[in-house]
Parts: sequence; structure tokens; C-alpha cells
Amino acid sequence: MAKTMELEIFRYRPEIESEPTLQSYEVPYNEEWVVLDAINYIKDEIDGTISYRWSCRMGVCGSCGMMVNRIPRLTCAAFLKEYYPKKIRVEPLDGFPVERDLVTDMDVFVSKLTSVSPWIIRNEGEEKPVEEGTYLQTPSELAEYKQYSMCINCMLCYAACPVFALDIDFLGPAAIALGQRYNLDSRDQGRDERQEVIAGHDGIWHCTFVGECSVVCPKDVDPAGAIQRAKLSSTADYFKDLLIPWGRRK
Amino acid sequence: MSYMRKVPNTWWLQRRPYFLFIVRELTSVAVAGYCAFLLYLLYALGEGPEAYAAAIRMMASPTSTALHAVGLLLVLYHTITWFSATPKVLVFHIGEERVPAVLIAGAHYAGWLIVSAFVAWILLTTGTPG
Repeated sequence: MAKTMELEIFRYRPEIESEPTLQSYEVPYNEEWVVLDAINYIKDEIDGTISYRWSCRMGVCGSCGMMVNRIPRLTCAAFLKEYYPKKIRVEPLDGFPVERDLVTDMDVFVSKLTSVSPWIIRNEGEEKPVEEGTYLQTPSELAEYKQYSMCINCMLCYAACPVFALDIDFLGPAAIALGQRYNLDSRDQGRDERQEVIAGHDGIWHCTFVGECSVVCPKDVDPAGAIQRAKLSSTADYFKDLLIPWGRRK
Repeated sequence: MSYMRKVPNTWWLQRRPYFLFIVRELTSVAVAGYCAFLLYLLYALGEGPEAYAAAIRMMASPTSTALHAVGLLLVLYHTITWFSATPKVLVFHIGEERVPAVLIAGAHYAGWLIVSAFVAWILLTTGTPG
């Protein structure tokens, strides 16, 4: 007899229920399947009403992040064999409002991302004219920020962060790491502008360094490290301003 | 209409890393408590030889020894987790290569060892009071 596995899926259909429920499905067990394959099987063969996001199936697009047995994972990279024969519970990413079934409201996250001005900012009058070509950068200057540029916006780090779960206003790991990505870029001059958000009311100082954001990150971005480094440089700014007030940064 | 899930008060008991994080945070209380105790010893020293001798006698009690043992474990946990976290904060590059985490944390352990050796040298050469 062919092996099967149980998947318990978080269901929330606002038109018929006010509270979410869990629904169980029996799927064929295939060693080569990932959790996303099993959900696709349910959608195609058992219950077409399930809603969820997915796209590339190869850990690049960052759409299929879900809680798999309470841990944020890209479901395209979580193999059934890691869990077999135990059942798998799939829920929407923690901390985010749920729109329907496994689909969360991403607006919260997108507005945080844009709030850190994630683009190269140049001082007024210091922008290079297009005809002068690109800003050059050495390999070691690239190495300074490259790690933080690998983020695929999958939001697993947010789902792993208890601070974000308790306070949705917290700027959060990926947005701060993205801010750092530009702050550490030799071509950028916008750090002071970003500081207002990054070191502001809902920024880095909310982070208590649980560190799980970096553990669950599928791209080794290390947002926890980015946040702690931002704390260190903000503290250095404070003491510089205190000790050398005439050298105040613009 | 989207649905907002509630975070249970026991969230920190639901996953081991969260529990260890809370333990790490709570060990700060032991660190602060021991700092307060050292201040008390300084105060007793300022009050004169008798007050200081009384404080030292109190330290020799079994309760004090047990508290010191528990305190030591908590402070060790705090120190080790703190040192393990340092490579995330202190990032140095030599050319394009990042200085390995083990070297950054190792430097902290080395510093700790040197300070401890210095304190041990003072205690062993001057003798403990009491």
C-alpha cells in the first residue's frame, strides 16, 4: 500500500467563519516532495478552495513562506521526509494579519521596507551625471554590504520574531537589514536620512536580540547581525555628538 | 476582513530558542544583583573593620555559598551567550574576507582569561581577608 501523510492546514474563510480552524488532508508520501508539492496536490486533487501564495518553487521568489510545524519555512524547501511519518501542520506566517487560509496581508511589511528609503541616496549636488558613467566600487566595498542585499523578502524573519508578533509597529529584521545594506554601500550618502526611521521610535532599539530571524533566514542575510551593528553605530554617533558637538554630522 | 491572531502569554515556552532567550535576559538580574552585592561590600568596608568582618562572616554561611554557586552559573550563562553574540556585532573584513566569528569570540574569551588570571594573582599573592 502506498504511504500517505497527514497535513493539517490552517483555514480561514471570512465569509463563512469568524475564527480560523484546522483542516486535515491525507496526501501521498513522496520522498522527493516538498510541503508546497503536498499543498499543490491538495489544491489540485482534493480541495480546490485552499488559498496560498507560491511562484518559483526554487527558493528565489520568497512567496511560499509559511509556518511548518510552528517554524517559519519556505515550503518549497521543506521536504516531507524531514517530517515523515509525523503529521505536518501548515499555518500562515506568524505576526501578520491573515486574509484567507495561508495568505497573509503583506502591506504591513511592504510599507516598512519603503520606509527605510532602500535606494542609493546622494547629497544634493553630488549626484554624478549619467554621461560620467556608473559609481565604481572595489570588491572589498561590495563585500561590506553584499550579504544584506541577498534578501528575497520572504518575511520568515518577521514570523520568527516575537518582538514583531507582540508589536506590529516594530520596523523588523528585513527592513533594518535592507537599510543597513544601503548604509554600508560606499556609493550611498543617505545614512543620516535613514537613521530617523532605523534608530527611531519603532526601530532598532525595540530589538531584544532573540536572534531567530537569522536562524530561519533561507539566504543567510543575518538580519539580527545587521540590527546589532546598527545599534553599535547609533551608539557611536551618540557619543561622537556628545563629545565632539562641533563635529556634528549633517 | 483580515484576522489577527493573538500571541499567547506562554509564547516563550513554545519553542526552545525563545525559552533560552528569556533565560538569557533573566540572567541579567543575577548580574545586576551581584553588582549591588559588591557595592554593599564596599559600603561595609567604608563603615570600618568590624562591619566589613561581619559582612565577610555572612558570606561564609551555607546560604550565601549556595547563592554564590547559583549566581556563578547564571553569570556564566550570561557571559557565554554574550560572547557568542559578539561576532554578530563586531564585523571586520580583511580585504574581502570577513574575520571568522571564532576569532572574534575567542578574543573575548582570551580577555576574560587574562582578567581572571590577574584577579587570581592578586588574591593568591595578597591572601583573602577574613
